[in-house]
Amino acid sequence: MAQITLDNLAHSYLPYPSRDDDWALKQLDHVWNDGEAYALLGASGCGKSTLLNIISGLLVPTRGRILFGDQDVTRQDTVERNIAQVFQFPVVYDTMSVRDNLAFPLRNRGMDPAYIAARVQKVAHMIGMEATLGRKARGLTADAKQKISLGRGIVREDVNAILFDEPLTVIDPHMKWELRTQLKALHNEFGHTMIYVTHDQTEALTFADKVVVMHDGRVVQLGTPEELFDTPEHTFVGYFIGSPGMNLLDADISGNTAHCTGHAIPLNGHYKAQNGKIQIGIRPEFVSLVSGQEGLPVTIRRIEDVGRHQILRAEFAGQPINAILPEGMAVPSDANRLKFDPMRVNVYVDDWRVKPLHSVATSQKEAV
Amino acid sequence: MDKIENNKAWFLVLPVLLLVAFSAVIPLMTVVNYSVQDTFGNNVFFWEGLGWFKEVLTSSRVHGALGRQLAFSAIILAIQIPLGIAIALCMPKRGFWASVCLVLMSLPLLIPWNVVGTIWQILGRTDIGLLGYTLDQLGISWNYARNPVHAWIIVVVMDVWHWTSLVALLAYAGLQSIPQAYYQAAKIDQASRWKVFRYIELPKMQGVLLIAILLRFMDSFMIYTEPFVVTGGGPGSATSFLSIDLVKMALGQFDLGPAAAFSIMYFLIILLVSWVFYTVMTNIDKAEGK
Repeated sequence: MAQITLDNLAHSYLPYPSRDDDWALKQLDHVWNDGEAYALLGASGCGKSTLLNIISGLLVPTRGRILFGDQDVTRQDTVERNIAQVFQFPVVYDTMSVRDNLAFPLRNRGMDPAYIAARVQKVAHMIGMEATLGRKARGLTADAKQKISLGRGIVREDVNAILFDEPLTVIDPHMKWELRTQLKALHNEFGHTMIYVTHDQTEALTFADKVVVMHDGRVVQLGTPEELFDTPEHTFVGYFIGSPGMNLLDADISGNTAHCTGHAIPLNGHYKAQNGKIQIGIRPEFVSLVSGQEGLPVTIRRIEDVGRHQILRAEFAGQPINAILPEGMAVPSDANRLKFDPMRVNVYVDDWRVKPLHSVATSQKEAV
Repeated sequence: MDKIENNKAWFLVLPVLLLVAFSAVIPLMTVVNYSVQDTFGNNVFFWEGLGWFKEVLTSSRVHGALGRQLAFSAIILAIQIPLGIAIALCMPKRGFWASVCLVLMSLPLLIPWNVVGTIWQILGRTDIGLLGYTLDQLGISWNYARNPVHAWIIVVVMDVWHWTSLVALLAYAGLQSIPQAYYQAAKIDQASRWKVFRYIELPKMQGVLLIAILLRFMDSFMIYTEPFVVTGGGPGSATSFLSIDLVKMALGQFDLGPAAAFSIMYFLIILLVSWVFYTVMTNIDKAEGK
């Protein structure tokens, strides 16, 4: 087990990268703590698989170093790094029994047979396959095969990290929950550093201690699920996390007020004058529907009832805006204004969040 | 939905029935007809019953040919299958050289059989053939027309040259279909090269290898043209395989009855082996799909 340091890391698949776009992975400097569970979250093609392959040693980065603990492993191969990896599609050895599959990584390292037998039994119990240990892996369902792959990933106790590359893609939805819970339990029990690649926000938020949100080859935010929800550092995070994502409105900022096409919106602090593309962002959870003269006048398009709550789809000055209303709330016919919770409004300049000069919220945090 | 009963639909099968009758059933029946009769020419036939079958079954000549044939097929499979797999493993996976290899490998497969025979017939000669001359100059007494071992060597080497490509190409196709993740997983599991072959590559190639074995067995079991051109079945009857012997019997000696009985048994052997292969392959597919 080890802390993982990404030092000045960047990667390009081209031999001579020149433009910014040539880099599949733009510069990264991060320290990932030993024993934590990380999720790499992002849309397809955002560079998360590239980063995973660099960590696992399948790819040598164009620039920078990667350290496990204080050892430079940039040029070491996968075996030397002593990591385990679970792939998107089940990789099982068809002609072996389930037991031999689970024992394979241990036997190849010449471990004591008594230890192997005990360890395999334990792992089989964790993945719920004790009953099928003697069966051949060929002909099992995709679920079962992927459970074997997971089992092979966790069978070694001494690994530096366990990497998961979208491992639950082929699993049935009800099994996903079960396996994810089991992974979480395993993590709590053994404290392996785990890195989990996914494009599914629910998976990322429920599995990980820290979520690394990637966009366009860049890590746009690394934080706890709570931080990603409350203070998205980049508009992509706001949009990608949450359902529906964060509302973004073009605005002008002066002091503690934002102006959207003539309407004033109070903010949680004072901001200095900004240049560039200025937007305010607010989660639909903190938008409420009111009637009267207060708030932003909007055109209501439709209301979707998703069971737990209702989603209001509206439009303001040509920009879509969503609000989450409590379940069963009747929408008054004269209600056509939306009010934002000032504490929850974030300000973005050229897609990156800017902090207020001083605010109630931050001064409270600092005091803590 | 109710099933529509319409017995007239059976008439739609008639064209196929006719086609098969003319292409397979009728020719086969003429052979069956010959196999139970005897003739001394002039188109006069005498009923012989199962006499020819008994004769063929107990004939030491046929036994010899069958033994040589089985030995030949066994040697061919024992060399071509491992060699084909080895070549496939050595071939580059992608890029320019992969294409070059594929083209070079397919060349022998495109050469007509009697041309292959002629090439090796000339190549093995000590007076004008490159191989024979070189061996002769190296002081090795080489004569495939006189020495049965030499005759076997040249026939086997020729067949290996001609057909190993087929096995290699099939195995290569099998290897190409293995997802990269398997190799990465094996690396992480610290599997040795041998274990990668034994537990990943071989199981994944199983399907195509069975086809390769079936094709190579059938083809080598029915081989006629190339040994006929190179050795003519000689020296003596050293390289007289079943087909060569059959043709000698039917056309050389004009023993139509025994030759017909011989053909039918030859056919039945091939049918039996095909059936066994088919059963094995479908069973594997079933296990795979479970």
